[in-house]
Amino acid sequence: MPALSLRFVPVYMRNLLVWRKLARASVLGNIADPLITLVAFGYGLGRLLPSVDGVAYIVFLAGGAVCMSTAMAASFESLYSAFSRMHVQRTWEAILNAPMRLDDVVVAELLWAASKSAFSGVAILAVVFALGISREPTLLLVVPVVALAGLTFSAIGLCFNALARGYDFFTYYFTLVLTPMTFLSGVYYPVSQLPEWLAAIASWLPLAAAVELARPLVIGRLPEQVLPHVALLCAYAVLASWIALVLTRRRFVA
Amino acid sequence: MPESAHRPGIAGQALMASSAGSGPGAVPVLRVEQLVKTFGPERAVDGLGFSVRRGECFGLLGPNGAGKSTTLKLVLGLLQPDGGRIELLGLPVPERALEARRRVGVVPQADSLDPDFTVAENLLVFGRYFGLARAGLAQRLPALLDFAGLAHKRDARIDQLSGGMKRRLTLARALVNDPEVLFLDEPTTGLDPQARHLIWDRLRQLLARGKTILLTTHFMEEAERLCDRLAILDHGRRIAMDSPGALVRREIEPQVVEVTGDRLGRWAQAARDAGVAQRLEVVGDTAFAYCADPRAAIELVEREPGLRYLQRRANLEDVFLKLTGRELRD
Repeated sequence: MPALSLRFVPVYMRNLLVWRKLARASVLGNIADPLITLVAFGYGLGRLLPSVDGVAYIVFLAGGAVCMSTAMAASFESLYSAFSRMHVQRTWEAILNAPMRLDDVVVAELLWAASKSAFSGVAILAVVFALGISREPTLLLVVPVVALAGLTFSAIGLCFNALARGYDFFTYYFTLVLTPMTFLSGVYYPVSQLPEWLAAIASWLPLAAAVELARPLVIGRLPEQVLPHVALLCAYAVLASWIALVLTRRRFVA
Repeated sequence: MPESAHRPGIAGQALMASSAGSGPGAVPVLRVEQLVKTFGPERAVDGLGFSVRRGECFGLLGPNGAGKSTTLKLVLGLLQPDGGRIELLGLPVPERALEARRRVGVVPQADSLDPDFTVAENLLVFGRYFGLARAGLAQRLPALLDFAGLAHKRDARIDQLSGGMKRRLTLARALVNDPEVLFLDEPTTGLDPQARHLIWDRLRQLLARGKTILLTTHFMEEAERLCDRLAILDHGRRIAMDSPGALVRREIEPQVVEVTGDRLGRWAQAARDAGVAQRLEVVGDTAFAYCADPRAAIELVEREPGLRYLQRRANLEDVFLKLTGRELRD
């Protein structure tokens, strides 16, 4: 069982302080990639397409792009950045010499990666608003969706972080887990386009659940189903957090 | 070399006044009994016992893989022991390790400074991990920087510091909570002689202020200069414990003659036959003759024109090599 305490706060603040110092480059990197996807596919490809699910393609894509951007940002932070702090810079090791438990550090990293990725998702949301892709009041409800998705993907990322021997390991996670997941989760096209068996798999994916919640809200509707998707994301978040704690503890006593 | 010098705590130091005023003979700062830690089939720490008195500098010596760093991690409560008892500052570890670590400073072996922060930020952020208030930390900062000789580098980035400066900053970071005890894991490994002497000087200042120090090292010179007492470890076991001087007196002959040159084998045979040394070891192209009186061995060398010799007093390194052997530990 995790030993929860507020001791994690200074560790979280440490990451926030570093981010504030590097914010300009970091924010740009956070938004640039999903923004390019959104503009290139949305406007470029969108011109060639008739409306998808009853809306212009770029409006359809926006909900998916917000979720994907959040998942990517969470994964980068909980894999590459957390690994740098844990393994390369030995920041965790230094922190553990203070009156801190490993659980405090893992909780701090989890919440930090979740915050940063939520920020990333909100930034894309702001772009969607600014470009006039959507100005629906329901956009505001995407914020909690993005926060929950960020937490879920941060927790999953920390599991892989605990297993990594080097940065190369993360390439597998991105190419074998995250990229296929974006194609299965209805980011670029409706899940209904998939063969039935693939769609069945997709319905169990956390990214698909996030997209199912975010997309209607961007379009200006309420999701038909809320509870199953929220429950699925929460289940992933709780289970992955617990596994991440167990795996990280194992890594640190060996 | 001062042996078991008594160093009373000096009260009223601006930087790090000794806390917890317990008299001599009080509860040891650290007590380790029958400590066992296994990694798979290997016993990294095997029935280890020692205690560290308040105000002393205690050294853990041993070849690579002897269990020094594992022991440090165990007494800090960072690893779960498989047997034995640890009491740090009167608190059982690992059960109450968190409380104990509030009053401990650690200088780890590997550089773990935060590269994204300046020198000052490294100290301030680390202090926050102890729950220290920002205002108090800011007040202590100049003294800490002065102590580390880094006042002029306050706003420098970590990659602008030399190896010696980084180690001094790590030492200052370990003092941020004004600890009673300092744990140092090979504090001068990888430093040049100037930087090493500066670290030694700072550690002696801390001892003069009544701090207790536990350090691991495989520099015999470091151990001889700093440690009041030390334990030599090998394969996770304690094979000797005393003051450096007492170990040298007890464990080894007082004089050494090191002989090198052509036909060393012949000389070694002759030396054995004549019994000029209590102990004779030939390692590669050097013979070490350990003896109470070096004259007979030297006379024998001077008869062979191709040989050179060096006569010196036996030191801790000789004790160490005698007790742990000369084979490589990688």
